[in-house]
Amino acid sequence: MKRSEVEFQYKRYSEQAILIQTLSKVDENLLETLLFYKKSIEKYYDKLIVEVILSYNSLLIYYVSTIEDVYGEILTLKSLFSDDGEIQVMKKRLWKVPVCYSNSLAPELSLFAAKKSMNIEEIISLHTAPVYTTHFIGFLPGFLYLDGLNEKLITPRKSTPSPKLKKGSVAIGGNQTGIYPCDSPGGWHVIGCTPLGFFDVNIEKPCFVSPGDKIKFVSIKENEYNDIRLSISKLDYTPKFDLI
Amino acid sequence: MMSKMTLLSSGMYTTIQDGGRFGYSKYGVPKSGAMDLQSYFLANAILDNDKKCAVLEWAMIPPILEFEDDTVVSVTGAICVPFLNEIKQKMNSQIQIRKGDVLRLKNVTNGVYGFVGIKFGFQSEMLLRSRSQYNEITSLSSLRKNDQVSFKIVVDFSTSNASLFTPPFWGKKDRINVFEGPEFDMLTDHQKHQLLNAKFSISNTRDRMAILLDGLLENTLSSMLSSPVLPGTVQLTPSGRLIVLMRDCQTTGGYPRILQLTKESINVIAQKRSGESIKFDVL
Repeated sequence: MKRSEVEFQYKRYSEQAILIQTLSKVDENLLETLLFYKKSIEKYYDKLIVEVILSYNSLLIYYVSTIEDVYGEILTLKSLFSDDGEIQVMKKRLWKVPVCYSNSLAPELSLFAAKKSMNIEEIISLHTAPVYTTHFIGFLPGFLYLDGLNEKLITPRKSTPSPKLKKGSVAIGGNQTGIYPCDSPGGWHVIGCTPLGFFDVNIEKPCFVSPGDKIKFVSIKENEYNDIRLSISKLDYTPKFDLI
Repeated sequence: MMSKMTLLSSGMYTTIQDGGRFGYSKYGVPKSGAMDLQSYFLANAILDNDKKCAVLEWAMIPPILEFEDDTVVSVTGAICVPFLNEIKQKMNSQIQIRKGDVLRLKNVTNGVYGFVGIKFGFQSEMLLRSRSQYNEITSLSSLRKNDQVSFKIVVDFSTSNASLFTPPFWGKKDRINVFEGPEFDMLTDHQKHQLLNAKFSISNTRDRMAILLDGLLENTLSSMLSSPVLPGTVQLTPSGRLIVLMRDCQTTGGYPRILQLTKESINVIAQKRSGESIKFDVL
C-alpha cells in the first residue's frame, strides 16, 4: 500500500506529547501504515522520546522533556512520513491461543448460546475459525484489542457489568473479542478461558504479543487446560507461533 | 545497611510512589507516580536525594510511622503539622529520626495528598523500572496497618542543615491551565463557552485514577474509537459530566478528550478537595 494514501492530523497533546491522528478507515492497511510510521519515529528520536503509544487510528508521541518548538517538531514528524514508497509488509507471527470452552470454566457459555439461538459447538467453531489481528494493547496491562470477530457473534455488552471476570477469561463485548489478562470487572460475555498469561511484570517486554501479530483461538479440553497451567507454573511452557 | 519503617496505622490510600512508570503504556500499563509531582520532587530535594527516589504518599488521613533506625525524612504536600514523639516539627524541612521514633502528622488543614520522603528513598520492590504501587504490577496495591517498608540507615547527619525555598502551597489555586484536547473542536461554540466560563467542582468520586467533576456540560458528542489518553486528560462522558484522568489512569479511552491539563495543573487539581471549585483557562 502507498503511504500517501493516509492523511494525518498533527496536534499538540500536552507539553510533552504530540498526537498524530487520521480519519482513515480502521483496517489492516492502516495498522501497517501506523506500525511503519511508529517505527520510523522510534528510530529517528530514539532516546528523546519515552515511547509511541498506538491505538486504532492514532500515534501519541510522548517526549522525555517539554517540547520547546511544537511546530518544528510537527514538521520533523511529517518528514518522517513524506516518502511515497511502498510499505514493506513483514511476515506476521500467528499465535495459537488455547481456549477451554467447557462448562466448568465458562459457565456462562450456555446462556450466551441460548441468547444467540445457537448451540455451543456453533459458537466455538465461529470463535475459533478467524485469524484475529492485534491492533494495540491498552485498557488493562496486556489487554489486546483484537479485530476479526465473526458478525454472528456480535453481542451488546451486559447492562450491568460483572464485578469480577477471572484472569484468562475469553469474552465477547459488542463487536470485539478479548482476553482478560487479570481479574477485572467487566460487561463482556465470558465464553471460554485460556491458561496463558498475557502479562508478566517480571519481564522487560511484559506481553509476548505485539501490535500487528495475529491470534487464533484453539479449542482445548479441560485436561489439556490443566496440563498447560501446570507446565506454566513449572515455567515449562512457551506460547507457540507460526510465521505467516 | 537496611532497616524498616512500620505503619502503626495505615492512613488512607497510603502507597509508595516515585516519578512514575514510563515506557510501558504500549503494554497497557498506567504511568502511576506521585499524585502531586511537585510535592514529590520537593520531598526529595529537601533531603538532597536523587529525584527518582521513592516516597510515601497518603490521602486526607495520614499514617503513623515508626522507624527502626536512624534516618532523615521530609514532609511535603497537604498542609499538616508533623510531630516526632509528640514534639512539633516543620513541614518542608529535614526531620532527623532516631531509632524507635514515631512520626505523626496532625491537623491536616489543606490539600489532599501528603508525602513523606526519606534519605535515599524507600527501598520497596521495583517492577518495570518503578516502585510506584499499582494493583496489577506490584505485589501490594497500597499499604495497610503493620506493613513494613525498607529504607537505608543514615549514619551521618552532617549534611542535614540545608534549607530550601518552598513556594506557597499550590493546592489553593482555583485556575486550572489547560490545552485544547484533540476533540475540543468538535464542541459547539455554546459548549466551549460553557466549558471555559462555568465553574466546576470536585465531586466525592475521586481516586488515583480519576477525578469526577460536578457540573454538567451539554453533550452531543458520541463515544469514539478507543484512543490514547494521559494523566490530565479531561474526558466528556455521555452523561455530560467531566472526568479528569489522573496518574493511575488507563492508557486508552473512548470518551472525547476535550481538554488536557498542564503538568503543573495536574498537581494543583490533585490537591483540591471535594466541593472546591475550579475554572479552566485555555493557554
